[in-house]
Amino acid sequence: MLSDLDLHLEPATGISRRGFLKFCSGVAVTIGLSPAAGARIAQAVMDPKRPPVIWLSAQECTGCTESLLRAHHPTLENLILDMVSLDYHETLSVAAGHQAEAARKASMDENFGNYLLVVDGAIPTKDGGIYCKVADRTIQEHLEEAAAGAAAIVAIGSCASWGGIPASGINPTGAVGVAEILPDKTIINIPGCPPNPYNFLSTVLQFVAFGSLPELDEKGRPKFAYGRLIHENCERRPHFDAGRFAIEFGDEGHRQGWCLYKLGCKGPETYANCPAILFGDVGSGSWPVGTGHPCFGCTEEGVGFTKPIHALADVETLTPPTTFAAVDQPKGVGMTPGAAGVVGAAAGAAAGAAAVMASRLGKVELIPEKKKKKKKKNKGSKKESTAAEE
Amino acid sequence: MSIKRRDFLKAAVTGSAVAALPGPAEARPNLEVPPNAVGMLYDATLCIGCKACMVGCKEANDMPVESADISPIWDTPLDTSGKTKNIIKVYTDGTAEVKDRETDGFSFVKRHCMHCVDPGCISVCPVTAMRKDPDTGVVTYHEEACIGCRYCVWACPYNIPKWDFEDAFGKINKCEFCNHLLAEGKLPACVDRCPTGASLFGTREEMLEEAHRRLALEPGDTYDYPRNTLDDPNRHEAVVPHYVNKVYGETQGGGTQVMVLAGVPFGKLDLPEIAERSFASVSETIQHTVYKGLIAPLALLGGLMFISRRNIEKGGTE
Repeated sequence: MLSDLDLHLEPATGISRRGFLKFCSGVAVTIGLSPAAGARIAQAVMDPKRPPVIWLSAQECTGCTESLLRAHHPTLENLILDMVSLDYHETLSVAAGHQAEAARKASMDENFGNYLLVVDGAIPTKDGGIYCKVADRTIQEHLEEAAAGAAAIVAIGSCASWGGIPASGINPTGAVGVAEILPDKTIINIPGCPPNPYNFLSTVLQFVAFGSLPELDEKGRPKFAYGRLIHENCERRPHFDAGRFAIEFGDEGHRQGWCLYKLGCKGPETYANCPAILFGDVGSGSWPVGTGHPCFGCTEEGVGFTKPIHALADVETLTPPTTFAAVDQPKGVGMTPGAAGVVGAAAGAAAGAAAVMASRLGKVELIPEKKKKKKKKNKGSKKESTAAEE
Repeated sequence: MSIKRRDFLKAAVTGSAVAALPGPAEARPNLEVPPNAVGMLYDATLCIGCKACMVGCKEANDMPVESADISPIWDTPLDTSGKTKNIIKVYTDGTAEVKDRETDGFSFVKRHCMHCVDPGCISVCPVTAMRKDPDTGVVTYHEEACIGCRYCVWACPYNIPKWDFEDAFGKINKCEFCNHLLAEGKLPACVDRCPTGASLFGTREEMLEEAHRRLALEPGDTYDYPRNTLDDPNRHEAVVPHYVNKVYGETQGGGTQVMVLAGVPFGKLDLPEIAERSFASVSETIQHTVYKGLIAPLALLGGLMFISRRNIEKGGTE
């Protein structure tokens, strides 16, 4: 099948076979698979029975879709959307109105239990969920209906993951994330505002190629993308460790590329791979902190859209050099066996020498004592003799 | 008038014993806070453990990296030492989930010289190698005067001055409040580097006032925390934590010029509860009383002479 690639691919999409395989290998590496897995991914995406995708849009801004469209050069985004048979998407569907709804219904019935459900936007729950309706039904009803036959559910963007912008502040519409509406289902959260398209593509392509899902953390986020703090991979981290901070935009430190922590950077409490894979495929520095703006924690519930942008982050201290001496830190390593041997030998030698010396001392002393006694005796006898003489 | 030899000696011994007792009228009181005492307030609840202060300290004082690890990649000292004047330590308990909580929590603590109002290290130093600035109160070390007795190491209740044992001609190493930077009108390096205002610089009076202001705040409210100094415009808002209702260093051991606020009891942070009467005043009172007018040594001499004389009498002459 792969050999047929050139025949269909290039005329249809303007992408060479070589370019396509390179992309698939890149995706494989992103999700932590060997580059060889790229061939399998390529095989899977060329499968005529492409997994259908139903994309529901709730309270959202279409930023996630826009971000996804810019995943690569324009031709590639067509390729991806073609590959996964996008059967319903409010922004990208050619069909509109009743026609689009009918297509969604048809696909969901035909592929019951096999399709991939993608949701962007938060789900309003207040007042019966009337704040977001599509085709005269609330988005919550749409979601519950679509979730019933979904093989996997991906919540893309912070709004779908945990409420995001609609849920911030007073949350006037009672907006919640997809996981809260569907507590019994496994939801893959790809938070971000917008999320990095490659985190989404990698997850989807793993599902398409292997029928499996990436390992998730306790917040339902793929570990390959959200396993580490932004702070851990940040190119400005050495400035943080050395205490070199930009204090205001445009000051000397800011122009020098110093750490943005004092400007409110949330990198130290936000989990995402932004500094590692960047945005927009335009080279180094193409991510918020790289451009000189503090991270505002868009991927992290309770940080993004919640904390003031310029408020200081709570630093999570997980990696070197942030190891700390304990208040009651034990010092030294105790006595090593070698040192114990040397000290023991020295002590033994000293004890032996002392014993020998002591015994000799006794002998040395004894002799003069005997002599003294003899002398005394002599003296005594002399006295006696003199007395006798007297 | 005839006084028996025995009565004379008895009177002499009693008199000297009375003179040796530390009478309250002669006790040396704690030293007073110097007129322009500088001060530092370390708020452990603001500390994020970034260790920028440690790096700043090493740079400002031209000290080498000290690693507890085999490969010296990071500066990871275990305590203040001959190469480290300032260290961030951590208190952890159980799962160490929440910052500034005693059980299953953790807290950072910054350890360096507290710049006591009445320092023990100065009291014990036989050669005035430790001196306290009469104006700012900064406790400084003067290598040229030091004889290397290391009494100051033992006298410090905070376990701060350290001898550099790795140098054949070692010297004492301790925080001197970046006295050389203060002279230039700059901030101490650790305060200058601190991104959260956990280390704050000002007069001791200002710092004490600020500390009490924080203790009076309601936990959960927000407070506009100052950074570097009280009048620095670059402040930041943060939620007020649960403070332990005490300013460590206000009275401990006669007061210190570096004061600490924390969310866990100070004893857990290796900041022991010390009586208000300074160790220096107690020991100096005893010492100075005992040696006043050389009465005690003379009495001792007299006693020894008496004993030896008696022994000679008992033993008889040969």
